[in-house]
Amino acid sequence: MAIVVENLTYVYDEGTPFQTTALEEINLSIEKGEFIGLIGHTGSGKSTLIQHFNGLIKPSSGRIIINGLDISGEKVKLSELRKKVGLVFQYPEYQLFEETVYKDIAFGPSNLGADDEEIERRVKYAMDLVNLDFETYKEKSPFELSGGQKRRVAIAGVLAMEPEVIILDEPTAGLDPRGRDEILRQIKRLHDEHQVTVILVSHSMEDISRLANRIIVMHQGRIELVGSKEEVFSHGDRLEAIGLGLPQILYLVKALREKGMDIDQGVINFDGVERMLIDRLGGLR
Amino acid sequence: MIRDITIGQYYPVDSPIHRLDPRVKILASMLFIISLFVVRDFYQYLPALFFVALTVKVSGVPISYILKGLKPIMIILIFAFVINIFLTQGEVIYALGPLHVTKEGIYQAFFMMLRLILLITGTSLLTLTTSPILLTDGLESLLSPLKKIGLPAHELSMMMTIALRFIPTLLQETDKIMKAQMARGADFESGNLINRAKSLIPLLVPLFISAFRRADELAMAMEARCYRGGENRTRLKVLKYTRGDVLAGLFLMGYIGLIVGARIYL
Repeated sequence: MAIVVENLTYVYDEGTPFQTTALEEINLSIEKGEFIGLIGHTGSGKSTLIQHFNGLIKPSSGRIIINGLDISGEKVKLSELRKKVGLVFQYPEYQLFEETVYKDIAFGPSNLGADDEEIERRVKYAMDLVNLDFETYKEKSPFELSGGQKRRVAIAGVLAMEPEVIILDEPTAGLDPRGRDEILRQIKRLHDEHQVTVILVSHSMEDISRLANRIIVMHQGRIELVGSKEEVFSHGDRLEAIGLGLPQILYLVKALREKGMDIDQGVINFDGVERMLIDRLGGLR
Repeated sequence: MIRDITIGQYYPVDSPIHRLDPRVKILASMLFIISLFVVRDFYQYLPALFFVALTVKVSGVPISYILKGLKPIMIILIFAFVINIFLTQGEVIYALGPLHVTKEGIYQAFFMMLRLILLITGTSLLTLTTSPILLTDGLESLLSPLKKIGLPAHELSMMMTIALRFIPTLLQETDKIMKAQMARGADFESGNLINRAKSLIPLLVPLFISAFRRADELAMAMEARCYRGGENRTRLKVLKYTRGDVLAGLFLMGYIGLIVGARIYL
């Protein structure tokens, strides 16, 4: 089991008028190799939750166990943890600082104490994963790249640490559709080819429904729903009540059901609906 | 860690101090600063201590919160303390090579430390109890007589508001970037001085870039709303003195009288 969270509660600015409970009694477990979609509104506590996974925030109460190691304890070596869990923040391009793309991506591995040869291998590996050509980009300044490229450099900076679990907080925010598709494709490849456990944080049902095997829905610092896509999407009303709604295509399915069409529960994505409709219409001519 | 910094923060509760006219509070802070430099002897600090304690009590800001604000300036306090203890001339009590501790030095060190602590707690009360908007309004109103001799009062106070307004924003940003770099294995807390200074580069470069970006965006947003500075601008809320302000003024006068009296007659 990769991540286990038990009774996690977190309170910001305890004892001041700014005091807010960001997380309340969170319990969940994430298996190795899963692709988790973590969804919720701004302020639902999802960003706070993921910072716990990498030891950046200590819980006010409760425990977090990563690969059998309780990281809420006092004596934990956080550098060990950061090799295992990589965290890509929202708008990660704002953390770029080096003169060249190579040096920026090398920052993580060199902090882990890797030697030059190992660093180069990892930079190449990470740049390949985010689809940036090593020779073309390694000497460029990260500040002269386009928005989408900057983001990919920043993501590569975390991937170069070769974590077993990677958490991405809104990796597609502010990108154009092509940039978004590209990043999502690369994340999928990371999961499928390199067996990395992925936690994708988003408030886009579309993105989540395309990629995740399991969905965690958060609302006001609590877990509202957990389950497979089918299970979560069957609670359409509850998702709507908290203002998240369903992926667009499921509204079509819903409307068709209301018109009396018998549609299988497993049809939850665009491809599925397309296939089903073609079937019903008697196949492609 | 970074959230502990409370300088320039507004503490939003309702209290008689919060309700005072910002002009009264600004003037009171200035007089208070001057009064601290009038003091020559330890016991003359008594009125100042009393004044600060009473204001804190009435303001409804918890003492723990104010003390937390002292934490980031601890280094300055300690530095001033050490300098005073070793570099004041006088009767030598203890010598360690070229350094010697004098009786006057010890006295001076404690004296200066108390002055600094009072100075910071007293003045931080101004921003803790006054929202940035009121603070600027007050400052502008106080400076407006100087407009006649060409002082850009409005622009100055606008600059100050923006600076105050962005303290928490930039602190948050720092916190975010720090976390992002820590997630990449950066270490801000250990190593010697040079290594630590070097470790700040991954923090400072993105922070500066983002500060410039924010400045640019803010300027653009103000321009888009046709912001034109001070001429002929009117206000939604016009500042008015109330009975509380008169009371506070009298109280302040009493305090200043006490300090000056103590200096002259004691």
